[in-house]
Amino acid sequence: MRTSIALLAAPFALTALVTLATPPAQAADNFTVTIKDHKFTPTELKVPANTRVVITVINNDLTPEEFESSTLKVEKVIAGNSKGTVRIGPLKPGRYPFIGEFNEATAKGVVIAE
Amino acid sequence: MLGALIIVFREVLEAGLIVGIVMAATRGVEGRGRWIMIGIGSGVLGAAIVAGFAGVISQAFQGSGQELFNATVLAIAVVMLMWHNAWMARHGREIAAEMRDIGSAVSEGAKPLTALAVVVGLAVLREGSEVVLFLYGIMASGTSGMSLLTGGLLGIAAGALFTGLTYYGLLAIPQRYIFSVTSWLIALLAAGMAASSVQFLNNAGYAEVLSSTVWDTSWLLTDGSIVGKLMHTLVGYTERPSALQLVVYIGILLAMALLMRIARYRPAQQVTA
Repeated sequence: MRTSIALLAAPFALTALVTLATPPAQAADNFTVTIKDHKFTPTELKVPANTRVVITVINNDLTPEEFESSTLKVEKVIAGNSKGTVRIGPLKPGRYPFIGEFNEATAKGVVIAE
Repeated sequence: MLGALIIVFREVLEAGLIVGIVMAATRGVEGRGRWIMIGIGSGVLGAAIVAGFAGVISQAFQGSGQELFNATVLAIAVVMLMWHNAWMARHGREIAAEMRDIGSAVSEGAKPLTALAVVVGLAVLREGSEVVLFLYGIMASGTSGMSLLTGGLLGIAAGALFTGLTYYGLLAIPQRYIFSVTSWLIALLAAGMAASSVQFLNNAGYAEVLSSTVWDTSWLLTDGSIVGKLMHTLVGYTERPSALQLVVYIGILLAMALLMRIARYRPAQQVTA
């Protein structure tokens, strides 16, 4: 059984190693998107391509929102009247739409990498 | 109301599917109903607590608290699923034989039940905290809250119904195949969870290696669709997997297969667990 425990642990030890080896990257610029009345401002966010980008999402509504984008591979709940940090990239130049999943009809935006 | 129903249903779908698979995987094991209820109950309780501290969790670890929380919850679930499958590989045949011969429940199932109760609890915890936040938001906003709340609750009911469908669907599989089918389902479930876990680590600013997208099948099936969410839970489908996700996915499947092989092997003398 000892071997099997070691085997169980192996993938996680690997993950831990990778984790320890790479501290959080510091992005040069900071970008901000604000949610108010279930809408994003700005709706178009220009970011540099081919680098990690940190976006601060500020939710000024009382209700929570889920910042979601399958193209950016992000899924993050931001509680009402609070803010959240979203790390994306490196992105190839292009358009990457995102939505607020709890208010999909109005909460829409796009990240433009260039 | 319909909007709320769909949003909540989409959130509870994953947990619902996992509970259905776990119920089928523990068919005939004594006391499993109690363990699964404990799992669901503590998951709901935990979800309410996590939702209550959502702001704090989100701000922790330089704004990566939520991602690290999700990554950790998924990683623990993966370990529990691997443990369950190893245990089943060792004892599944006896359980199946006993069920055929005596037609009664098996009592030596306590070990994998705790593991699976944890898996159920974590699934409910992770998805449930988002549902709690969403429903809380509806109540906080006041206007036309009642209709939305009804929609939300109906969404949860639809999720429970879906659990039942999954369970009875799996029960249609002949008895002698059911353990191998559920073992495979659990292996794929675990591999998918591990791949999600590393993506959350990546979003948190860790594990930023091999992060390039390997392929894009969004033209075929999007992550956001109901079918996409189902496939995401079942086999870990994602429209744009990163290289690291792919490596981890395959790695977990191989580790699982090896582990089950080792667990199945018995030396000449009788080994008791």
